[in-house]
Amino acid sequence: MINFAQTFIDALSLGSLYALAALGIGLLFGILRLINFAYGDLITLGAYALIIPSTEAVATLFIGNWPWFLVIAAVAVVVVVAALASDFLVFRHVRRADPSTLMIASFAVSFVIQNVILMFYGSRPKSVDLWSNLNYQLQMGEVRIPLLQIVTILATLVLMGGLTLLLKRTSLGIQMRAAAEDFRMARYLGVRGNLVIGLAFALSGVLAAVASLLLLSQVGTLSQTMGVPLMLFAFIATVVGGMGSLVGAATGGFAVAFASVFLQAYLPDELRPFRDSFVFGIVILMLLVRPSGLIPTKALVERV
Amino acid sequence: MTETPIRRILPLLLLLAVVAAVAALVTLVGGDEAQLTVTEALIRLTVVVGISIFIGNSGVVSFGHIGFMCIAAYAAAWATCNPMWKQLMLTGLPMFLQENQYPFLAAVGGGAVLAAAVALVFGAVILRLSGIAASIATFAFLAIVNNVYSNWDTVTAGVSSIIGIPTVVDPWIGLAFALIAIVLAFWFKNSRMGLMLRATRDDPVAARASGVSIVRVRLAAFVLSAFVVGLGGTLYAQFLGVVTVDMFYLQLTFVTLAMLIIGGMGSITGAVVGVFAVTVFVEFFRYLEAGVTVGESVFGLPEGSQEIALGVGMALILIFMPQGLTRSKELKLPRSKGRPVPAALTARELPAGS
Repeated sequence: MINFAQTFIDALSLGSLYALAALGIGLLFGILRLINFAYGDLITLGAYALIIPSTEAVATLFIGNWPWFLVIAAVAVVVVVAALASDFLVFRHVRRADPSTLMIASFAVSFVIQNVILMFYGSRPKSVDLWSNLNYQLQMGEVRIPLLQIVTILATLVLMGGLTLLLKRTSLGIQMRAAAEDFRMARYLGVRGNLVIGLAFALSGVLAAVASLLLLSQVGTLSQTMGVPLMLFAFIATVVGGMGSLVGAATGGFAVAFASVFLQAYLPDELRPFRDSFVFGIVILMLLVRPSGLIPTKALVERV
Repeated sequence: MTETPIRRILPLLLLLAVVAAVAALVTLVGGDEAQLTVTEALIRLTVVVGISIFIGNSGVVSFGHIGFMCIAAYAAAWATCNPMWKQLMLTGLPMFLQENQYPFLAAVGGGAVLAAAVALVFGAVILRLSGIAASIATFAFLAIVNNVYSNWDTVTAGVSSIIGIPTVVDPWIGLAFALIAIVLAFWFKNSRMGLMLRATRDDPVAARASGVSIVRVRLAAFVLSAFVVGLGGTLYAQFLGVVTVDMFYLQLTFVTLAMLIIGGMGSITGAVVGVFAVTVFVEFFRYLEAGVTVGESVFGLPEGSQEIALGVGMALILIFMPQGLTRSKELKLPRSKGRPVPAALTARELPAGS
């Protein structure tokens, strides 16, 4: 039972991180049908923003030494600018292309960001000490909970709440939801396409920034591919949850995290290294039996 | 169609001649380093042509083909590397692989057949999915192959390398297989199956109404394409002498897709042109990265610039020439006279942005 509670909390905190990242991917897919592979690299970029402008072999924090709210704001600015730039330079020009082409375009963006980071910082991972006091463990009965997990869960709740308010209560948010539902129709009704898309990129950038800070305080090491695994899991989370649906993305994030944490805990020892294969297998299964995901939307219905 | 048989295979002959001529010329004129570059380019050509058999004809983008390359390359490594080493390091291999060392062609055939067999099983499961869902499933496949081969320690040596594979692949062997790949791709494209598959790409509803089984024709292309990609994988293992699981993941997937897109996804000529263009481009940047001496000083681009340039180049192609450098058409001789051929018969292009 104790083991179960511990596993449950692990899954909850991992799920929060996946849900954050999945929301960022889901936002863009809903409106643009863009599966943004570069999202993982935006997360990486956010983490590297902490050590700008130092490029020495030993990382020194610059932004990373500011008070926490300034850190979040500064990293968010960097990532949002990068996200908007990727739209402005690339995605804006291939908007009419089919989803596979968009996915390939995002592959190209991802490749460029990764190698720009490589160019400046080299390929050796750098250890960075961000908010290490979050590793403090709270003892609750027999269950130990790292403070970081609680912070992760709280941060996700706050951001999801904020996002929900924005989408439900503000005019821009309603326009975004309309665009996600039916982009062409929304434009006929006066929704400004580029504004809504820009906003979606900016919001996904904010989510990526927070995800990158949480990820970095967890792993403590910078590397130019650090965001890729998170992006992969977030991506499959959006598939499991239902592409284009934000509730689906969040649900999918938790579903994938629970599947992966519980497989890790309860798979027989010799199968444990293959856990990710099971998770990806679940995705294929999901596509086959319920292609529209847990929370279906109109986004994936292909019209004849 | 009114084309005579000669007319129909002329583009193929032309393409084979050009590839052979370019490869032979560089091999004979260039030094050792040029030979390595040519060999690698020809292996990549085999792989990219293999991928284009599926993507070009079906219009479904696959992110998983490098997984087939991985499977075949490891199979070749199992077959050819030193039995002493295998018995020490790869204790989970079946006995017939552990105790023997097989010749080159057996390794090539075995690896490619294994890749094709996996494609048959996996394709039968996922090819009923449509469009982007199928692409996502192929991506999941790549991730699964990577995960399994990274962790199956007793069979794949985990994330460490399998070493000591005899390096028997030279430019001529590479050329032979690249030409075989092109011939196979051409044959399939113009076969009954290939025509039906291209019909499903251009208009799935009409194709289905004419009695084409989408899943069956896609599966045929998938298996053949995995086989050809597998050939490339076995060659790659026996060219480098080393295989590591990380060689066959996102980076290579990106580079091969970039080649296909830059050349033009819809034609075999596109695949060839893409491999050629990207190879020249990358070699040029590698040369700049190494440093160019001008007078007293050396100018060099920093590490990573060739990758950045490749990414930027690919984005530019996607934006300005979505059909690629060849506009997804096959190579053909200019017609001096004769009957005009309706555009619809010569230019079978991927539907852009539909």
